[in-house]
Amino acid sequence: MDGALIAETIGITGHDGDEIEAYIARPLGQESFGNVVVIHHMPGYDGGTKEITRRFAAHGYAALMPNLYHRDAPGASPDDAAAAARAKGGVPDERLVGDVAGAAAHLRALDGSNGKVGVIGYCSGGRQSFLAACSLPLEAAVDCYGAFVVGNPPEGMPLKVGPIAHLAPSLSCPLLGLFGADDQYPSPEQVDELDKVLTEAGKEHEFHSYEGAGHAFFSVDRPAYRVEAANDGWQKIWDFFGRYLAG
Amino acid sequence: MCTYLTEKIEVAGSGKGAQGWFTLTDATVYLDHPQHAPAEHTLNIDFLNPASGPSARVAVELTAESARALARAIEATLESAPPGLV
Repeated sequence: MDGALIAETIGITGHDGDEIEAYIARPLGQESFGNVVVIHHMPGYDGGTKEITRRFAAHGYAALMPNLYHRDAPGASPDDAAAAARAKGGVPDERLVGDVAGAAAHLRALDGSNGKVGVIGYCSGGRQSFLAACSLPLEAAVDCYGAFVVGNPPEGMPLKVGPIAHLAPSLSCPLLGLFGADDQYPSPEQVDELDKVLTEAGKEHEFHSYEGAGHAFFSVDRPAYRVEAANDGWQKIWDFFGRYLAG
Repeated sequence: MCTYLTEKIEVAGSGKGAQGWFTLTDATVYLDHPQHAPAEHTLNIDFLNPASGPSARVAVELTAESARALARAIEATLESAPPGLV
């Protein structure tokens, strides 16, 4: 693997058969590769998450990030689309599952795909990664500081999502959780509770919480970035996907 | 965190966005991750005209301190306006 890749914007078939925009990055010069669906954070289908998508390709995985806000604001810039999606209360859970299913099907059908698909999501995408892994047959899932897997949103929040830890018995694959010990959403107590729920359900998982890191510590262009946590977190991701997805 | 905390109001006026001036019909005020400001959370205001699409938007991301100062300045300006103007 020499980091060579090709990346482009494509259309994929998402929930309800809708065609939605997606960003795909594939490794070049590799006969066989595993696959990753990348779920963007709440600020949207942005440059930072496209960079993450390319990073997976540079490490030998085909990675595909669906634009979850495509229907809310087709053709709009990522920040305008995120504002439009927010005004509607966020991405409905059912639609998210349909879009990830479409992304996974697209990846499985690629020439060279080994048929194994993992999912990773950041921020709101962390919760959505767990949701997808509890709703679809996948090989590995990573939840990066997803809020409201455990616990209700605060009173008065017009968020159209609720806790989904009760779905744990349906988790279809091993789960890696990466969290900041200083985060409040999810709080360390909520992370512990999810850990307990998964253990009771007999689901394979490994959680890591980083001291000195809060929410969004992977975001290199935000003050929340924590280099030690992010570097170690990436290593955990490579080890984890290497075990369950590699070519 | 992803708060989604949002106040929505109707407004009358105009704003200047990427495509020039447009009529404003709505505004949303929320506390969440900024797109651009170098802070973990900011008070964000979107001035909008949803009927003209998601790009009809004037956005600001302010620190909490700046947002409070802005709110005070708006109130003070309106309070000190000569009678009959507002």
